[in-house]
This record gives sequence, structure tokens and C-alpha cells, in this order.
Amino acid sequence: MITARINQIEVQVPPGTSILDAARRVQVNIPTLCKHRDLLPTASCGICIVRNKGGNKLIRACCTPLEDGMEITTHDREIVEVRRSTLELILSNHPQACLTCGRNGECELQSLAADFNIPMESIKRYVKDVPPDTSTGSIILDFTKCIKCGRCVQVCQDVQNVWALSLLDRGINTRMAPAGDITLAESPCVKCGQCSAHCPTGAIVENDETPSVWEALHDPEKICVVQIAPSVRVTVGEAFGLPPGTNLTRKLYAALRRLGFKAVFDTNFSADVTIVEEASEFIERFVHQRGPLPLITSCCPSWTDFMEKNHYDFIDNFSTAKSPQQMLGVLAKTYYAERLKLDPAKIFMVSIMPCTAKKYELSRTEEMYASGHKDVDVALTTRELARMLKQSGIDFLNLADGDPDSILGEYSGAGTIFGATGGVMEAALRTAYFYATGKKLAKIEVESVRGLAGVKEGQIDVGGAKVRVAVAHGLANVEKVLDRVREARQRGLETPYHFIEVMACPGGCIGGGGQPYGVDNARRKLRMAGMYQDDADRTIRHSHENPEVIRLYEDFLGKPLGPRAHELLHTRYTARPLYKR
Amino acid sequence: MISNLNLETQGQPEAAPASAPLSKPNTKNSPAPAPFPKVALIIERHGRKPARLVPILQEVQEEYRYLPPDVLSYVARSLNIAPARVFGVATFYAHFAIKPKGKHVVRLCDGTACHVKDSVPILDAIRFRLGVTEAQPTTRDLLFTVETVACLGACGLAPVLVVDDQVYGAMNPEKALAVLESVREQERKEPSP
Repeated sequence: MITARINQIEVQVPPGTSILDAARRVQVNIPTLCKHRDLLPTASCGICIVRNKGGNKLIRACCTPLEDGMEITTHDREIVEVRRSTLELILSNHPQACLTCGRNGECELQSLAADFNIPMESIKRYVKDVPPDTSTGSIILDFTKCIKCGRCVQVCQDVQNVWALSLLDRGINTRMAPAGDITLAESPCVKCGQCSAHCPTGAIVENDETPSVWEALHDPEKICVVQIAPSVRVTVGEAFGLPPGTNLTRKLYAALRRLGFKAVFDTNFSADVTIVEEASEFIERFVHQRGPLPLITSCCPSWTDFMEKNHYDFIDNFSTAKSPQQMLGVLAKTYYAERLKLDPAKIFMVSIMPCTAKKYELSRTEEMYASGHKDVDVALTTRELARMLKQSGIDFLNLADGDPDSILGEYSGAGTIFGATGGVMEAALRTAYFYATGKKLAKIEVESVRGLAGVKEGQIDVGGAKVRVAVAHGLANVEKVLDRVREARQRGLETPYHFIEVMACPGGCIGGGGQPYGVDNARRKLRMAGMYQDDADRTIRHSHENPEVIRLYEDFLGKPLGPRAHELLHTRYTARPLYKR
Repeated sequence: MISNLNLETQGQPEAAPASAPLSKPNTKNSPAPAPFPKVALIIERHGRKPARLVPILQEVQEEYRYLPPDVLSYVARSLNIAPARVFGVATFYAHFAIKPKGKHVVRLCDGTACHVKDSVPILDAIRFRLGVTEAQPTTRDLLFTVETVACLGACGLAPVLVVDDQVYGAMNPEKALAVLESVREQERKEPSP
């Protein structure tokens, strides 16, 4: 253990602990800007400087390990003065656009500037004039607001292994941009939004589509309906000051009705439908040998984009089932419209998703128009919904609970855990086990696929046959799993996994690119706990037992994987180029 | 203008019968057929090691006199590293040129000593005469590229101008323009490739 003193307080930490982390243990919060708890330090901002007695310069606490005998001072007159100057320099390159910026009120630079109370008149500005990159329609890159902390590049390259963003040039010309200065849409970007979730300023934000939703809500010709994703219910509360993981499902239903939506659906319902389809697919392949194994989940659009660009040798392994968002869209404009004798052309379907990639998914291929219209019209992120609620003057936290439109709103516990990594796998296993054996899993919770480990493996005994599963989250972990499968293929061995779940975002959807800011592993755990609690609280915890799902198949769809189901609920994949230019 | 990045032209995998597994390897593991044989040779000579990216880029630049973006994409594919990484390295170093440079590179020193001895008026004069700007530093006939450099270490000769390998000291706008004229004269007399 290393023993040292920070602000004259003695502290003992394991070797390798940074001064920053050591200080936190004794309730000393050294200010930081570029450091993120998820990521390695880039030490680029210079705000976390501290002094070590006997040293001749100020050192950066985020990247310097504490050593025996150090005597650190974190705040003295000179240090604070230097921090202020550093901050002034950063602000001098930053546009003064706080009032109209997407991060207003939630910006790390803004908070620091407020804490240090820098008088704006004292700063000469030098802000580049570069137009923002809006090419993807999901994420907007505004280079003028970038403080070059390097978080987005680290996330995109190391955590996600996508390598869409990089830091080009150097010095004052440094910018984060795709290779060759092409637009983001032409780069390998999969729109996962992890860059925006980690960006400290408004340099990377989601494409705010709330104006089109407001317009639709006030259009008398349109019938606005909405669906809420599994993980949104446990994260939206954070925007209102509640702890992560607080389950606000029924308040959301009530609030959305107040906003003006004629029908409130729940994506958890279509998650159940997805499971019925996907578990049936699995049985086809595993039990009846009618299709290649492993079966790989496909509800994450960043993952399918990544797969189409990098791992298209697995196209045949992908579940052809659409994502729950798309399934609900098509069902709303066919099943729901039929039942209630509504004109599907007038239905305007909005989805609330944790995800920036969902904005891209809804026009991905022509199968996303299977209802004859655009199945999902607009996808909003959790953050956009929070803003809409605040704009509308609804006292969200004190609302009485509401109900969904049950025809597409009832859900089982299996549907709700889609939001956590491993959730899709667990839900699918619960139902697949039943389909294969006619019985339910002895222990309904499949612990081996839960948790934050990057790659999780498990083995389930299904009626004598061993089903090997793998769950990966964070796209960098995908290679490990797929390479094992490839190796087995090349050597003619049996596949190491029969069923694989992949979520692009670390933690799964609860850690999605569109979720409230400030994600780290502690929050991910709390959000996940909220999901699993929602599951535990439900009476029905198997997708195939959801009465509304049963009714849907009996009255409308026919059989799982049948012709109607295939027409509406399934899609195809093609290989795509990594760089479009 | 950045010339077009080469498409990752990966063919569509054929629809395999349900029972036969595809054995097509990952994109990154299979380089496209070499449209740049000289570059392929350079990479081979360095043992295809990603760690040798900088020397590889140096040799590529010697061959092409700059680093064409589609060649960079090809280098990335051959070394099995992301294009973003290669571009990051290529744009970081001042020695690497992403845009084609002129035949004669005119380097005006704007280091401390030269700056203090009025290098800026020389820069303005040269740019005006050649019709180039900071954003477009190369003449349209691709004869000259004008750039400023940080310090040539010849402060006693400030202000310093370097054209190709020739060092010209104690410059002023008139003398600098005279130097350029003489280079142009030389070109007219014996135009070389």
C-alpha cells in the first residue's frame, strides 16, 4: 500500500492509484474536465493540477500515480490561479452559445466556468468557424465546441472499436473528425452515440427531433401514438433529480397522455413479440437443425450496422427478427389500426429510445415500411423526452400513475429486461426452454448472463442438450466472441456458442448513447438493478405468456415465423462498405 | 480538395445454403488486391508491422511526393489498422503532406528571430506574387508551395528563406521575389519532370 498525504490528510491506497482517485477517498474533489470515470486519462485539459512538496512543477492528478511519501496540495492560491487561467484559455476557444446549446444546464465546461466565475469580458475569443456535421441524422458534431479532451475518440476507438472518429492535426488545429475529413455518415460510424454520452460539452449531441413531434401532436389530422423503450423507464428520472434505476413506468404513461398522445404503447410488449419470434428461430436452428448456428441477436441497430460493415460473414447467423421498436411500429399501423378502425396513414408513431442509432434504424431498409407506411415516424432519445416534459409544464414527479393501451402495452418481465445487457438472452432462454421442453426453467433468473463483465458466457441444460450462450456488450468485446466462432468454423469444430447476444453500448441499453448524461459503472449498476426489479415485480415473467401477445398471434399474426409474421416482423441484412467515400 | 477515398469494395457474400457455414474472414484480415504495387512493396519490406507506420508513410511520401488519401486507406487495410489511426498520424506531423505539393517548396522561417526581423512582409510579398494563400498554398501550375516553418536554426541569417535545399539568408521582400524569379527562369530553361 502506498502511504502519502493529501492536503495534510494521510491516505493509504493500492499502488497505481492516481492522485485524483486517492484524493476522492478522503473527500477531496480535485476539479477535472477531460477525465471520465469510464476512460483512461488523456491529461489534456490541465485543470486537475496539484502540487507535490519538493517538486518543481504542477502535476496532473488524473494520470499521476500516488507514490510513497508524496505531500500533495490540491488547492492553494497559485494552483487556483493557474486553473482559472487554463479555464479562460479553454473558454477563449469556445463559442458563447450556452443559451441555445443542447447541453445548456448539463455541460461540464459550463459547470466549471460557473464554479470558477470567470468574467467573460476578460477573454479574447478565437473560435473557428466550421459548420457542424449533421450527416447522420442521429448525431450532430459541432467542432467549434470541442475542447479536445479526447474522450469521444477513446470511446469510439478503444471501447467501441468502431474507429469512426480520430484526432487530426495538432496544436490549435486539432479537431476530432472522421479519417480524411469525410462526413460522419460516410465513415464507419454506427451511430451508437457513446461519443455524445461521454462528451463533456455540446460538441456532440443527439439530433433533436422534438419540433417534428410537437408539430405532429398539434396536427388535427394526425393520430399520435408513442412507445417507450425498456430502459427509458429507469433512466428518465435522472433528468428530474431522481436516483438512477427509479422505475417511472406508470408516470410515463400518464405524462405521455398529457402531452397529447392518443395511444401509449410499451416497447416491452413488442420485446415479448421479438422473443416469441427469436426463440422460435432458435428452436428451428438448434432443435430442428434448420439454419446455421450460432444465432445472434439483432435488436441493436448499432450492432447490425457494425456487423454489416465488419462481420458480414455472419449475416446468415443473424436473427431476422426486427427490433422491438420496429415491430411495434408495424403492428400499430396494421393490427392496432385495424382493430380500432383507424386510417394507418394518419398514425404518427413516436418511439422513446435510449439510443441515437434508432433514429437511423427507422429508415434502414424498405422493410421498415412494412406496414405500407413508415412504421416508426420519429425516434426520440430519453434526453429529448425529458426536455419535452419540461417544456410542457407537466409536474412529472407528482403525476398520478397512468396505464398503457393494453393491446400493445402489456408486458412480461422478460420483455422489460431487454434494457440490460444479457436481458435479451435471458428472456429468449426463458421462452426457448419452454418451447423445447414444455417446462419452465427451474430458476427463472439466469445469473450467468447478468452483470457488467464485457463478455459473459453460460451454459443451460435444455432437455438434455447443452446450450452454450455468450453475451457481449461494448462493440470492442464482439471480436473476441466472433473470433472464437470463426476459429471453430475454420477448423471444422462444433460452434463454441449456440446463441449470442450483442449490445453496442456498455451495459446494454441502460448505458445507451441517448440516456441522461453522467454515465459510469456505478450508475449502470443502479439502472440495471431497476430493470431486474421491474422483472421481479411482474406476475408474468415469460414472453410467451403475455396475454396480449397470445391474442396478437391468435387474432392477427398466425404462427410465429409464419408468413404474416415474416412479412411484417422480419428483415434482411446486406454487407455494407466501411467508408462510403 | 481531398481526392476520393477508395471504397472498401468488399463483394457481397453469396447466399450460402442454410447448412454450409461461410468461411469468409473478416474484412480487416484480407487486404484488397493491390492497386498500389509500389506501396505494397514498401509495406512488405517493413514486414507489414503496424508499428512501422511512420517509416512506411515516409517512404510512401518519397514515392508519391505526398500522401494521397486513397493510398492511406490502402496502407490501413494492408496493415490491418483503422484508417482513422493512419490519418491521425499522417495529419499530426508537419512533414507529411495530405495535399499535393508543388515542385519547389518555398519555406519561410517564422521562428522568433526571423519573425522579429520582419519575416511577415516577406511572406505576404511571396504569397501575393504567386497568388497563393494559407488555405491554398500551392500554385495552380503546381510549381511552388509556400509554407512557414517554425525555426530553421539559422537565426544569425534572419530572416531565412529556404527553397528546396537552398538556404537564403538576410532576406527582404525584394530579394525573396528575386530568388523566386531565378527559380522560375531555371524552370523555363530546363524544364525537368
